[in-house]
Amino acid sequence: MTAVTSAAFDGGFRQPVFDAQTTFRAIMDALARPGRRVICRPLATAPAPMSPLMAAVALTLVDPETPVWLDGALAASADVRGWFAFQTGAPMVDQPADAAFAFVVDPARMPPLSAFAQGTPEYPDRSTTLVVSAESVEDTGAVFTGPGIETSVLFDTRPAIPAFAEQWQANRALFPRGVDLLFVAADAIVGLPRSSRLRTG
Amino acid sequence: MNALPPTAATVAHDTPAYNFAYLDEQTKRMIRRAILKGIAIPGYQVPFASREMPMPYGWGTGGVQVTAAVLGPDDVLKVIDQGADDTTNAVAIRGFFRKTAGVRTTTHTAEATVIQTRHRIPEAPLAEHQILVYQVPIPEPLRFLEPRETETRTMHALEEYGLMHVKLYEDIARHGHIATTYAYPVKVDGRYIMDPSPTPKFDNPKMHRSKALQLFGAGREKRIYAIPPHTDVVSLDFEDHPFKVQTFAQPCALCAAEGVYLDEVLLDDKGGRMFVCSDTDNCEERRAAGHRGALAGDDISRKDRS
Repeated sequence: MTAVTSAAFDGGFRQPVFDAQTTFRAIMDALARPGRRVICRPLATAPAPMSPLMAAVALTLVDPETPVWLDGALAASADVRGWFAFQTGAPMVDQPADAAFAFVVDPARMPPLSAFAQGTPEYPDRSTTLVVSAESVEDTGAVFTGPGIETSVLFDTRPAIPAFAEQWQANRALFPRGVDLLFVAADAIVGLPRSSRLRTG
Repeated sequence: MNALPPTAATVAHDTPAYNFAYLDEQTKRMIRRAILKGIAIPGYQVPFASREMPMPYGWGTGGVQVTAAVLGPDDVLKVIDQGADDTTNAVAIRGFFRKTAGVRTTTHTAEATVIQTRHRIPEAPLAEHQILVYQVPIPEPLRFLEPRETETRTMHALEEYGLMHVKLYEDIARHGHIATTYAYPVKVDGRYIMDPSPTPKFDNPKMHRSKALQLFGAGREKRIYAIPPHTDVVSLDFEDHPFKVQTFAQPCALCAAEGVYLDEVLLDDKGGRMFVCSDTDNCEERRAAGHRGALAGDDISRKDRS
């Protein structure tokens, strides 16, 4: 047992019902309109290095039914682990492939997308949703098309996921299997579901 | 209507035993996760732990659960049943959410942010900020061709949809044309074959690249699926028998609208009948704008003024 400090008990939604609903609508909007910056005011806080908006996303989606994987920087913090345990009750898993949700604050050092649960051909929904920190979201860079995108959308996040273009093409090639991404900036969420196609050339 | 936005306290005052929008938060999270998977895999039926609702199966328990999971205090809810705002199912579900969530309700399509529907898509084009929630009885388009869930699941996994084309072909062999008129199967983003719920095939083209997010809930069958905005939704057909929607010989008898879906209403036992808009809001707005159909009668308000 590690000692849990009071940081674990702070930062939950003030109005759990309405704050979760507000955050969910932003998440849903982001996933339904890939590549669009959906503004979402953070309504929760968590111990560093977890950002307030990432905390709100976690409180909205995670509960005792969803195994959670934390990246190295998050897992190293006893306060973050305590916060997840107290606020969500989610079981923690060591293997990315066992996770329903993965939280990543250090994209440069994250495992490949293929290391996470990809779902099965019969049940492609049994895959990991990755919640990834983004210091900035630019509307330049890679061009995406697909469901939820009227013509095409450009976006890029920093810090970047290593070899993201190749990884995303491999992820899309698995469709309907594959992972979905939620990039979380300070006050905005950008969704990238597995259905989005990266345009090349 | 209450001018202040409802809070947990004001809603709880009327219904002390229930959470906002009836469902508990754990259930809402589970449904919300299923909705997100549905959006990420357009047309794929996501299993979810459907709850018992205070209404029987077949009365929209799936749609109600989806609506309850997305609804917030600022939303404006419209509910239609076969296009009509004033039929039993629509009135009951509107009342349910007024009571359990304290949300504003409307009959005007343009005013609504969330529209729950049983078997029609409004005639007015939907906008980007709107969410259309369908009540679905049988979500599996292949179910009447293959009763085993294990088999249909494998067919979807392998994209093995030949059986559906055989079914449409047998329609042509027997009737000379594709005789399926409602729940007409569609292919979503070139991958999954999906049941659009028993909407008339007249509404299928409205699903194609719609600006609004479309969510489908099947309560008894415990499935949720979705079509994101701007997504290709193609009705299945053959090169020599292309997909066609119903056409009507006469315009609406009340508002003279053409190119809309009409209901047949019997007037007497001597064969008298009229065809009127199925979308009551569309019909009322057209009449308010001065459009008169053949059986619209006199405009009383205008007569009073003269």
